[in-house]
Amino acid sequence: MKYVDEFRDGKLARTLATEIASAVDPAQSYRFMEFCGGHTHAISRYGLEDMLPTNVQMIHGPGCPVCVLPAGRIDMAIQLAERPEVTLCVYGDLMRVPGSQGASLMRAKARGADVRMVYSTLDAIAIAEQEPDREVVFFAIGFETTTPPTAVAIRLAARKKLGNFTVFCNHVLTPSAIQTILESPEIRDIGRVEIDGFIGPAHVSTVIGTQPYEFFAEEFGQPVVIAGFEPVDVMQAILMLVRQVNDGRHEIENQYIRAVTRGGNVRAKAEVADIFELRDQFEWRGLGPVPYSGLRLKAAYADYDAERRFAMTDITAPDNPACECGSILRGAKKPADCKLFGTVCTPETPMGSCMVSSEGACAAHWTYGRFRDLQRKQAS
Amino acid sequence: MARVMLDGVGKVVSVALIEDLKVGDFVVIHVGYALTKIDPEEAERTLAILRELGVAQPEAAS
Amino acid sequence: MSSKAYKRKLDIRSGCIDMSHGSGGRAMAHLISEVFHDSFRNQWLDRGNDQAAFDVGAGRMVMTTDGYVISPLFFPGGNIGSLAVHGTINDVAMAGARPLYLSASFIIEEGFALADLKRIADAMGAAAREAGVSIVTGDTKVVERGKADGVFISTTGIGVVPDGLDLSAEKAGVGDRVLVSGTLGDHGIAVMSSRQNMTFETDVVSDSAALHDLVAAMVAAAGPDIRVMRDPTRGGLAATLNELAQQSKVGFRIDEDAIPVRPAVAAACELLGLDPLYVANEGKLVAVVAPEAAATVLAAMRAHPLGRGAVDIGRVVEDDHRFVQMTTSFGGGRIVDWLSGEQLPRIC
Repeated sequence: MKYVDEFRDGKLARTLATEIASAVDPAQSYRFMEFCGGHTHAISRYGLEDMLPTNVQMIHGPGCPVCVLPAGRIDMAIQLAERPEVTLCVYGDLMRVPGSQGASLMRAKARGADVRMVYSTLDAIAIAEQEPDREVVFFAIGFETTTPPTAVAIRLAARKKLGNFTVFCNHVLTPSAIQTILESPEIRDIGRVEIDGFIGPAHVSTVIGTQPYEFFAEEFGQPVVIAGFEPVDVMQAILMLVRQVNDGRHEIENQYIRAVTRGGNVRAKAEVADIFELRDQFEWRGLGPVPYSGLRLKAAYADYDAERRFAMTDITAPDNPACECGSILRGAKKPADCKLFGTVCTPETPMGSCMVSSEGACAAHWTYGRFRDLQRKQAS
Repeated sequence: MARVMLDGVGKVVSVALIEDLKVGDFVVIHVGYALTKIDPEEAERTLAILRELGVAQPEAAS
Repeated sequence: MSSKAYKRKLDIRSGCIDMSHGSGGRAMAHLISEVFHDSFRNQWLDRGNDQAAFDVGAGRMVMTTDGYVISPLFFPGGNIGSLAVHGTINDVAMAGARPLYLSASFIIEEGFALADLKRIADAMGAAAREAGVSIVTGDTKVVERGKADGVFISTTGIGVVPDGLDLSAEKAGVGDRVLVSGTLGDHGIAVMSSRQNMTFETDVVSDSAALHDLVAAMVAAAGPDIRVMRDPTRGGLAATLNELAQQSKVGFRIDEDAIPVRPAVAAACELLGLDPLYVANEGKLVAVVAPEAAATVLAAMRAHPLGRGAVDIGRVVEDDHRFVQMTTSFGGGRIVDWLSGEQLPRIC
């Protein structure tokens, strides 16, 4: 696989591991947050933690779109799917995400709701065309990577005058979430949590470019390295972050130069800007309401907005009070610090956002890395 | 729409989000859409930097 | 009943199943004779009894049963019929046994094309003959349209395991080697590629095959040193190793670099966000063998056409937590856990 295998090469990674080991200052600790679920997945899937010196720690951020979707929005989607005229089209990841009281789209489907898994927004358009008697709703979620495909679908529906296609929009923005984490009291005021740098998103950055991160480097004095999703990419980004910390720099660096430019994908950004506008705030599971972090359809496209067509009312559902996802997403706690982790909360029965998708911090740790907790326990 | 090939596996994806695409270009695929082109020169440059780190193992990248 | 209409031969080319084919009348008799008996053809079916009586040679009897509900019914490399025969033979063979007889029970949806049913029955007959196994008894039921998905097949298999051989899931011991007979994930990817909404193209075909002959070669080479064998079907290699870890109260340590995966399967998994370790196989086996016999068994496997790609992928280790751990191609470590829920494509 061209441009994949090269960046999964174990030998290159070991060279990088040696380089990182000799670059770190043993007296210092390095705490880096990878924002994106794709990076969390790569780190866990390839066992990268085993290749890093003990004073380099990775903190898994909130960049998993499925994980941060609040239970209330799932409840809203379930209510929508339960309407007899509605066919709800969703990305596969969403099927098992828990709403409140153990509800999920998979259970709703088992009870008779018409919920269908799609791989692309165009699949949803095709269903709407083939089944004109159904109200086809696309359950849109995700960051800047999945938003342009939703925009393309809405434009296509408008062009085809598809009266039976709407979008339940839950798209969110990466920079606002990073800002919320950096401004959270644990990090900004108390200084209890130290983050020494960020690994910036891969796919998201292909769309938005490196420019939006410049603010973080300046305002928060944080080094940011945009990195690809392959394990060699992640290792190289860690080396670049270590060097920035050692040099006292806080710059935006781009490891993923093969796909990311400063300006990003202009056409994709224009599509999004044409169809969507900012919500004043949007709730993130684990982080709570985040200002200007979510999108909704502009009034000009109201005909394609499921929230308007079906007069959907907002539902807020509290997370389990014992769930530590909020602290874990901000890097203040680790999955194993949570009482629910591995007891009542497992990938089969996720309680909190971090256990929901394989890219969430808790699910990745449970699925790939929990043996390390046991090794640590046995060692001490 | 365009067909992408990955080691003998083909898939038709939308290229609505990309300008100036040519047959033979490499792209990043996400949820059925090509998100961006991969710049082969920049990819080589990244790999070259990495290989320099491990001068002892020049065959590192396969 | 509309028995009059069925005095003529079945219209296999363009006809379809209706409720009368399951009613116990003449239509059903025609169906059984012209579709199933014609395809399976053997002395037991020829006698036309509701059961089959047969001799079983020396040794302990092995019995297994399985249901097939695959969608789509036809896929590159086979169909539900060949799959049912191979799968049942393999479950018998994993005990180190020689499979002998099968039963087959069909639940058919009203409206199902007779031509498709005949294709499926032919594939079953051919698979059974090729394996030297006979389908000696069966049953047919027809359900109303919408109450089934084309056709469901249940099969039972009987075989005989030679004296002195007792392969079992609790027998994996610390230090034993783990062998797999070839590339992983071919069946699952071939089936997914033919699903309507998946829309990806590949020339990967299902590995569906009867493994008893390969098993016989392995048993001949080092019978008592084989602890346990299993075919990694649903849930793939990951599920099989986790089951064995639980049942034997051990852990596994496997090496990602050693695990054989076809480039096209790896590429399809990449495009769909799947992990080949969790994808189904229908013509592969996993064997846990005594360390001193590993080389002998491996050589016997490689000498057989269905084991040409056999490799040693790791070993059994002591582990109170029953983890299946893998050294990644990177040199790091990870758990290969049970699959949680269905394996779904990731979106980011």
